[in-house]
Amino acid sequence: MLVHCSDRVRALLLAVLLLTCLVVPALAGPFEDSVAKFANDDFSDTEAAIGEVASSGNPLASTILSALQDGRLSADPDTKKIFVTRSDGKIIDAATGAAVDKLSDNVADVRVNNRLRRAIEAALGGLTLLSSDPAKRLAAAQSVFKSHEENLLPTVESALAKETNKSIKQALAEARAAIILFKSDASDSDKLDAIAVIKARGDQEALALLNDVGTDQPALVTKAASSAISSIQSNLAMWSMVQNAWYGLSLGSVLLLAAIGLAITFGVMGVINMAHGEMVMLGAYTTFVVQEMIRTRYPALFDYSLLIAVPLAFLVAGAIGVVIERTIIRFLYGRPLETLLATWGLSLVLQQAVRTMFGPTNREVGNPSWMSGAFELGQITITYNRLWILCFTLAVFAILLAMLRYTALGLEMRAVTQNRRMAASMGIATSRVDALTFGLGSGIAGIAGVALSQIDNVSPNLGQSYIIDSFMVVVFGGVGNLWGTLVGAFTLGIANKFLEPVAGAVLGKIAILVLIILFIQKRPRGLFALKGRAVEA
Amino acid sequence: MLTQLTHDIATMTRRRALAATAGLVLGLAASSPFSPAQAADDTIKVGVLHSLSGTMAISETTLKDTILFLIDEQNKKGGVLGKKLEAVVVDPASNWPLFAEKARELITKDKVAVVFGCWTSVSRKSVLPVFKELNNILFYPVQYEGEESERNVFYTGAAPNQQAIPAVDYLMKEEKVKRWVLEGTDYVYPRTTNKILEAYLKSKGVAPEDIMINYTPFGFSDWQTEVSKIKTFGSAGKKTAVVSTINGDANVPFYKELGNQGIKATDIPVVAFSVGEEELAGIDTKPLLGHLAAWNYFESIKTPANEKFIKEWQAYTKNPKRVTNDPMEAHYIGFNMWVKAVEKAGSTDPDKVIDALPGIETPNLTGGVAKMLPNHHITKPVFIGEIKGNGQFDVVWKTPGLVAGDAWSKELEGSKDLIGDWVGKKCGNWNTKTNKCGGQGS
Repeated sequence: MLVHCSDRVRALLLAVLLLTCLVVPALAGPFEDSVAKFANDDFSDTEAAIGEVASSGNPLASTILSALQDGRLSADPDTKKIFVTRSDGKIIDAATGAAVDKLSDNVADVRVNNRLRRAIEAALGGLTLLSSDPAKRLAAAQSVFKSHEENLLPTVESALAKETNKSIKQALAEARAAIILFKSDASDSDKLDAIAVIKARGDQEALALLNDVGTDQPALVTKAASSAISSIQSNLAMWSMVQNAWYGLSLGSVLLLAAIGLAITFGVMGVINMAHGEMVMLGAYTTFVVQEMIRTRYPALFDYSLLIAVPLAFLVAGAIGVVIERTIIRFLYGRPLETLLATWGLSLVLQQAVRTMFGPTNREVGNPSWMSGAFELGQITITYNRLWILCFTLAVFAILLAMLRYTALGLEMRAVTQNRRMAASMGIATSRVDALTFGLGSGIAGIAGVALSQIDNVSPNLGQSYIIDSFMVVVFGGVGNLWGTLVGAFTLGIANKFLEPVAGAVLGKIAILVLIILFIQKRPRGLFALKGRAVEA
Repeated sequence: MLTQLTHDIATMTRRRALAATAGLVLGLAASSPFSPAQAADDTIKVGVLHSLSGTMAISETTLKDTILFLIDEQNKKGGVLGKKLEAVVVDPASNWPLFAEKARELITKDKVAVVFGCWTSVSRKSVLPVFKELNNILFYPVQYEGEESERNVFYTGAAPNQQAIPAVDYLMKEEKVKRWVLEGTDYVYPRTTNKILEAYLKSKGVAPEDIMINYTPFGFSDWQTEVSKIKTFGSAGKKTAVVSTINGDANVPFYKELGNQGIKATDIPVVAFSVGEEELAGIDTKPLLGHLAAWNYFESIKTPANEKFIKEWQAYTKNPKRVTNDPMEAHYIGFNMWVKAVEKAGSTDPDKVIDALPGIETPNLTGGVAKMLPNHHITKPVFIGEIKGNGQFDVVWKTPGLVAGDAWSKELEGSKDLIGDWVGKKCGNWNTKTNKCGGQGS
């Protein structure tokens, strides 16, 4: 049913309501009537019910409203009964609190829209200010800050007097300040104090609140508000530089992660590997398959799915890399043009194979709980998934570097790429090392796919969007040098993120490409050029 | 099957001829004995021109399946004019020039009576000259930027006044939005739609500083800066909303970033024009609860016709989870309109069918009637849906009646005097001021 319910239907519903009241006069009090309104499936009735339930003082009120907020409130359209499915799966009758065994088939969720969600948030804010759960109290204080309902002032003040937790106390003081700022009969000095508290908060929500102070307030107050606004704005402008730097680091880590495998196959081995992006895609699909298995068989392990996917993705992409090297690339060493065309064709084959196997649509890869959400650092928001990807990238880079430096395979790889004939005469099986090196680069691309599945689409086209950027990073950093790739990725990431707010996303990207072209003109071998005889080889 | 085989043989023969450097002429001559035209007597051929590989495969593959499904259903009912329908599927591979080549192949070689196809505007523009030159019919099922009315094309998707404008109206009235972010992918559809929306918002008294327009490249995935820009823009003390014309794959990372940065629909709602059930199938929609989409069809709409369609579609695809979406409904309407027009004209001759189509009415899936208008657009209801936790939409608002599609936007200076009328005026861009055919788009 839609917002505009016809009058006839409304009259009918009213009649039904009246009838139910008449039939069970002993049970139906005003609270039951209010709750029954949820069954009407009409947004304005639901809004009225929210207000009535919130002000009823009934102990079930906050249970009902939080169930409505989370989509756990359902209604039986025939009997007009409302049920709460509690978060532990138990079902109760919303009006009486009595336990219910099973819901009948025609029971449907009570629908809400954004207007109602805001009403619920505001109502819950008032109800849970005195809750025993500190997290709920904090959320309540924050939602009161946003809604600044005047009639909540006494509740906020009594909560403030009782509160012992420092951060909640702070939030409550801010909520109180927000209410006073908009209270028509508050004194000017109280309002000035309130502005000082809000100014100290100093974030975008404080700014939004102060911007809302209308011209109808006393001149003293509006002046204080506008000076607070400009001080917050200049403070935020400074933070936005920090934020750009963080975004740059995070973009740089994604670029590095995508490019690091290519730094091996293209950088160290010199194979122009256009199928590199598809190795990343295979890694992402491995993550999808792992998550599907976990979802159907061992749902409890979901938070570890990425940890399980990392070694598997390395093995899958690495094995395919070895097969590609053995069957195609080894015949094409020293023929860059043919390699380019063959790997380009290969990338199309791999894409279409995945499209045939998994379908052309995006596959859902979920974020484990430790990779969702964000935290505030000063005035900037840092999202967990980006933070973990940065850590992960640096770890992969460190491990790769250590492997090349300290293991026998690493030594052989460096020997073969520096001087193949010499290495062969020292007894190194060069073709085996070639296969393993290519497998290593592909495997690392697969690992990158696991991380990128957290921030991008898992679709057959995943790899294509990274291939250009990857080549850009490796060429800019200097072919054959892992450190160059690291510095190149972060330089490009940070430069891009400082350009983006000024030039926009489209022009920013073009500007970066132009800068790279100019840079390559000046230094054709990139940031960190290899020196010595290896260059000529 | 047989024609598919002869088609293959024909192609092979031609390749061999080419390989023997006998030249194109000989190649065509060699293939002519196998020409599928001879098989065309007992079936009517229907061309399907949707990308099955490349970037657009994600959206277009479903539409190919939809047409095959509709043909299958129609054949069960006995076909059209006593003949069975036969689909000819080609793959233009998300490659715009290839669209034109494949369209030419469908019309000249396979002799199709009608083509259902294209998704992006650039692919439609690429095939337009082919359809004009060879005089065939294209049914185009996707919402688009308008500013076009062609004799050979029937637009069954929404024009801007059937999607964008009602969505903005909804936000203004129901959510009391005062500040607007127009966020789009950088290509023709978002740019034109945003131009129309900007003009519309200004005509409603929105100040220029309360409108922010941002464009991002195709497949953009690093949304951190853009989303924090939106957050900053939204902290000016006025209710803010985002109108998103972000296309395709870029949507998933955009919504993920919104969720991660904690922008909830109750604070800054996002209304999207290119996000449907199919796109949401790839994301966890819980953080997106309450963000909006404007379409002319939602899978969750409960009507007997829709329930039947979903049931048969899932049975046909043998996938009980397969979703339906707006462009699929557009194909459903377009296909049924074509069948009716062919039966009315008593022939599949494109000229006769083009003349028969305006005025044809067919029920849509949401309980209304779609009528083909003289400007080759159709009437549609407009729904606003909120994203639910299960990847479906909850309809929260709909237009009171059906909205007729405008080929030319009334908001733009250059096009407000133009109308498309292929019945009376026989002209796609008739200027009502000068009473002449021509002007923009001619």
